[in-house]
Amino acid sequence: MKKLAAVMVMITGLCLIAGVGDFPNWGDPNSPANSYLSTYYLTNAISDTAVPNIVTAILADYRGYDTMFETVVVFVAGLGILFLLRGTKKKLGDHPTAFPSSSIVRTACRIMIPMMQLFALYVVAHGHHSPGGGFQGGVILGASVILLAISEGLSDGLKRITLKNTIKWSAIGVLIYSGIGTFSMLLGGNFLDYSAWAPILPATDAVMARSHGMLGVEIGVALTVMTVMFSIYADLASHGQMDEGL
Amino acid sequence: MNLIIAKFNYVLYIVLMMMGLWAMIAKSNLIKKVVGLGIFQTAIILFYISISVKKGANIPIIHHHVDPNHAADAAHMVIDAAKYANPLPHVLMLTAIVVGVATLGLALTIIQHIYQEHHTIEEDEILEQLNQ
Repeated sequence: MKKLAAVMVMITGLCLIAGVGDFPNWGDPNSPANSYLSTYYLTNAISDTAVPNIVTAILADYRGYDTMFETVVVFVAGLGILFLLRGTKKKLGDHPTAFPSSSIVRTACRIMIPMMQLFALYVVAHGHHSPGGGFQGGVILGASVILLAISEGLSDGLKRITLKNTIKWSAIGVLIYSGIGTFSMLLGGNFLDYSAWAPILPATDAVMARSHGMLGVEIGVALTVMTVMFSIYADLASHGQMDEGL
Repeated sequence: MNLIIAKFNYVLYIVLMMMGLWAMIAKSNLIKKVVGLGIFQTAIILFYISISVKKGANIPIIHHHVDPNHAADAAHMVIDAAKYANPLPHVLMLTAIVVGVATLGLALTIIQHIYQEHHTIEEDEILEQLNQ
């Protein structure tokens, strides 16, 4: 079995290496990937959407439909983990007991967690002008909550963010995203066409409306990613029992 | 030989990808299969970077000075696309990494579930138990 696998992998690798000659050189500015679509995005994104960070403009506007379903994938993965582990009975016996963390760790985390959360909010809100956005900010927020659960014990962490709220807010994040898309349909535009929002937002033309729509969408993404990251940690650390942690 | 030196990044991605693929096929430990999946994903990210890197380009955030008296100029500014990196692989890999974390969590959950059922994560031992 292992020999067969090694032979198959070698053959696949050799076939792929045979095609290496056709790939563009490292750093070639005229390679196919750098020529057509990305040039359009780079030259037109700021006049289309008034967002200088092109990555955010593509993520939340041009490829908004794709990003919506990426968020749904994250949400469904979180739900799947929850339902797979909640069904199991306590068979293990040697359940890990709460790990007593030292006061040095707890004091350090008490200072670090608010800073991390503030920085995460900045990353979400400032994603239009600097590297950042919903996914990155959501992961940092989730990491801050996981740090709380590690330093104070999972049961204390769950007192602040209960399992019910975790699932509720991850669903609300997806709902914000798809709701903004549906509402632009009600306003007469296409699905996820934020420029349709211009008439109902004060002092906003069609270009700025796309910029504001992106911010709303990023907030939805950040909510879902944050809560799913925490629920993955909490489910795995407690074997789905949610009563005690590491 | 010259080809391999000029395009070593592609060779490296293929080597990494084959390592991941081999781990997923040949290893019987389920955790090692998941590690192989992670190596495979990293190889794909390296591939996307390789085909779209631009020499001498800056990050894809447009450097703009909007004069408050001429705010409309922002719509007419001329942008040299060669000065900025290709933003598309950034977008695709950004979402791929986060979705990768979520699917990794799901894989670990399924392994934990299997361990609770069979008290082992070795594939051949699980098959033995299932055949009894």
